[in-house]
Amino acid sequence: MATSTVTRSQGPGRPDRPGPLGRLGRLARPGGAAGRTPPPAVRVRRQLVTSPWLFAAPGLLITAVFILYPFVSTVINSFTDRRTLLPGHYVGLANFRELLHDDMFWIGLRNSTVYVLGVVPALVILPLLLALLVQRNIPGITFFRSAFYTPVVASVVVVGLIWVWLLDERGLVNSLLEAVGVGKVGFLSDQWLLLFSAMTVTVWKGLGYYMIIYLAALANVPRELHEAAAVDGAGAVRRFLTVTVPAVRSTMVLVAALSSVAAFKVFSEVYLMAGPNGGPAGEDTTLVMLVQRTGTGLSGRVGYASALSLVVFVVAVVLMLLVLRADRREES
Amino acid sequence: MSTAEKTPAPARAGVRERRRITDEHGRRVRGWELVLRYVLLLAVLALTVGPFLWQLSTSLKGPTEDIFTSPPRFLPSRPTLHNYERVSETIPVWDYVLNSLKVALANVVTNCVGAALAGYALARLRYRGRRAATLVFILAMLVPAEGIIIAQFTTMRELGLNNTLLAVVLPGSVGALNVLLMRNAFLNVPYEIEEAAYVDGANVWQRFWRVALPSVRGTLAVVAIFAFMFSWDDFLWPLIVLSDPSKYTLTIGLNYLHGTFANDERLVAAGTIIAVAPLIILFACLQRYFFRGVGEGAVKG
Repeated sequence: MATSTVTRSQGPGRPDRPGPLGRLGRLARPGGAAGRTPPPAVRVRRQLVTSPWLFAAPGLLITAVFILYPFVSTVINSFTDRRTLLPGHYVGLANFRELLHDDMFWIGLRNSTVYVLGVVPALVILPLLLALLVQRNIPGITFFRSAFYTPVVASVVVVGLIWVWLLDERGLVNSLLEAVGVGKVGFLSDQWLLLFSAMTVTVWKGLGYYMIIYLAALANVPRELHEAAAVDGAGAVRRFLTVTVPAVRSTMVLVAALSSVAAFKVFSEVYLMAGPNGGPAGEDTTLVMLVQRTGTGLSGRVGYASALSLVVFVVAVVLMLLVLRADRREES
Repeated sequence: MSTAEKTPAPARAGVRERRRITDEHGRRVRGWELVLRYVLLLAVLALTVGPFLWQLSTSLKGPTEDIFTSPPRFLPSRPTLHNYERVSETIPVWDYVLNSLKVALANVVTNCVGAALAGYALARLRYRGRRAATLVFILAMLVPAEGIIIAQFTTMRELGLNNTLLAVVLPGSVGALNVLLMRNAFLNVPYEIEEAAYVDGANVWQRFWRVALPSVRGTLAVVAIFAFMFSWDDFLWPLIVLSDPSKYTLTIGLNYLHGTFANDERLVAAGTIIAVAPLIILFACLQRYFFRGVGEGAVKG
């Protein structure tokens, strides 16, 4: 089961009720042991007031300084003309107005959206088929499962560079295509082919990850359903459509949501394949690439980049909330 | 390795020995189906592992060997480590490895310590504001890093930490997801054990260190491995925060190598193999925890 952190917290643990040791800490034990030994009670109570904050302090401090404060300052900066080296002034909605007239923003939004639309269907369907392929415990299957997971482990930079070389004009794929008489294809020179190639890399790298999620879901499909369908004379394809797909539907929704968040934030694959500027005229720029290009360096336009970041943020959070909803539905 | 497994004889022996091979549909796996499965498995294997092997092969081909032939030649005719030497002459690749290692190990330590402590506080200790603290971590988990990365960059500048390895480590040093993972792990530990320890006079620290922590070693291992992997593989953040080439981590160093010597495929290939080899070895040794982490961390995406 691909249960998430958040849903799991609503599971048996029931964090919202006083924890078991909480009761213990208050020494509200029916035995009355507390009454007989007051000194430990005092000691324990003091300990329970100070130590939890000591325990949580490192995590809370890091989260506050490096996640929550930057988030707040992103919102504030988006209303200013701040630059890396210059403090900003309040400019109202000027950044957002500029955004609407910025061709690069629309190109970035278009490419990131196209990326989601291209990557998500592939990452919902292919890993499911792969999971079905490695599901049965035939000899050597653990080797295959691990091997299929290898691209997940590798850094996206490594994976990107491997594919840059594979899809090079003189690389392996083109020399194979030439050998079978198709001729060379400009995978990395055409604007749309490049985006498509980057999507292939993302899918290739994500296959193993989602395969494992599906494997867990498939393990919960009651085998009686398959048997009944088989008795009724349903073939493999029909059993897949009428038994497997409905049974893992909620996992498919989860995978769709997870992969769409990741795909919308795509940066590395396109950055490596198209170069830092997203191609000669920037036509392969994604939204996060635009954020990085606009806001960093000594002349970075922090204010405008913050406005761009907020767009990324809003879309990603909306997609993330879809994850949680899908996940909750799975639990019920 | 796999060729031995796909021959019919051991497969048939497997049918008899392992009952699980037949029990999925309650039927025996038919011979042709088994063959079809292995053919498909080998095809996918070629697609997933092939690119790594091609990169390895390229990195081992000497300067006199043509790497652009069509049809391609898969094995180097005279394997050589020459390209690996050249990588270390071209860029300080071992310094980059060391930087990456420092960052990754620091991340492992801070995440394990910080997440275990905070997770324990959220799961076990009763105090005012616990729900608010939990909410802080849940909200932090939902914030996409890419959406605040510019502000993280300016924050680092404000702290004067720009262009240091410390700046690479800090934002992810106690991941909110890891805190919540640890919290859930502690919640799943039966509290009777800790109750017993409490009755024996153990204080909160002793209960944490001697009783609770040993019960969640599995999750701690998952946190450690994923902290290492994410940090070793991270690209966007170090790219933004590091400007001095001597401080580069391996991924940024590779990007630099690729940007500067894009036409020297053997060189870039050797660099990528240096970067990916440690993780593949780590994965081969600790697969169990990698797979476990996928289920637990699914929401992170």
